[in-house]
Amino acid sequence: MSAEKRIQRNKLGVKGWFVAGRYGLERYAYTLHRISGVAILLYFILHIFVTGSRLGGEHSWEAAMARFESPLFKFGEFLVYLAFAYHALNGLRLVFVELGMMMGKPMQPIFPYVNSVRRQRPFFIAVMVIAAVLIVLGGADFYLLK
Amino acid sequence: MRESTLWMLNLVAGAAILVLLGLHMAIMHLDAVLGFLGLAGSGTVDAEAVFSRSKQTFFMITYIILLGTALYHGLYGLRNILFELTLSNGAEKAISLLLTVSGLGLFAYGSYVAVALFLS
Repeated sequence: MSAEKRIQRNKLGVKGWFVAGRYGLERYAYTLHRISGVAILLYFILHIFVTGSRLGGEHSWEAAMARFESPLFKFGEFLVYLAFAYHALNGLRLVFVELGMMMGKPMQPIFPYVNSVRRQRPFFIAVMVIAAVLIVLGGADFYLLK
Repeated sequence: MRESTLWMLNLVAGAAILVLLGLHMAIMHLDAVLGFLGLAGSGTVDAEAVFSRSKQTFFMITYIILLGTALYHGLYGLRNILFELTLSNGAEKAISLLLTVSGLGLFAYGSYVAVALFLS
């Protein structure tokens, strides 16, 4: 391991993904972003093979779809939708913050201090509200309107 | 390729996925809500509708773009998660190789399906 890596070593390991300490709300958003991302990736790989069943013709496709009609799978599909709504909106926030947007103008560090995390928090809350609305609409679509 | 370039590609892929997967989710999973508002049809996963879309150039091309961007974004994200554990250089190289080969294999398979159905 290089000297640079030894200095920057992640001493908390996997535990650091789940214990936010004093980092607060955005740290839990970070953990949830990773969990939702891995869940979507696993589903997406399965989805590639399911859509590949189209090569076997209409009967093969219908047989594949029939396997996923159980209430358990439907709930799982809703969880993937939920993960997508969260991951997409939180990801959009991360891109904006990465590019320095929604952070306000640079200012002198004069008491009372307002750090960058607090400055972007209204934007964080706004995207979470939009995600919640999409999740409610999706829930209605999955369980009430069909 | 430099890490900064890979990261920027990840952001661009994320933006592309937001649009394409957003459309996909709206069509597939908000169809009843959109139908309630008079904006969508029905039977999105019926064999007839699925095979009809497979024959359309727009859906074939957007499927392949979504496949490529989603695989890149997902596998690069997984690589970042694993690299946060500060692994040895050998382990990092092995993970990068494994994820690259897996991604290329899945992209080749998914693209083959899309093109074969389009041409059939």
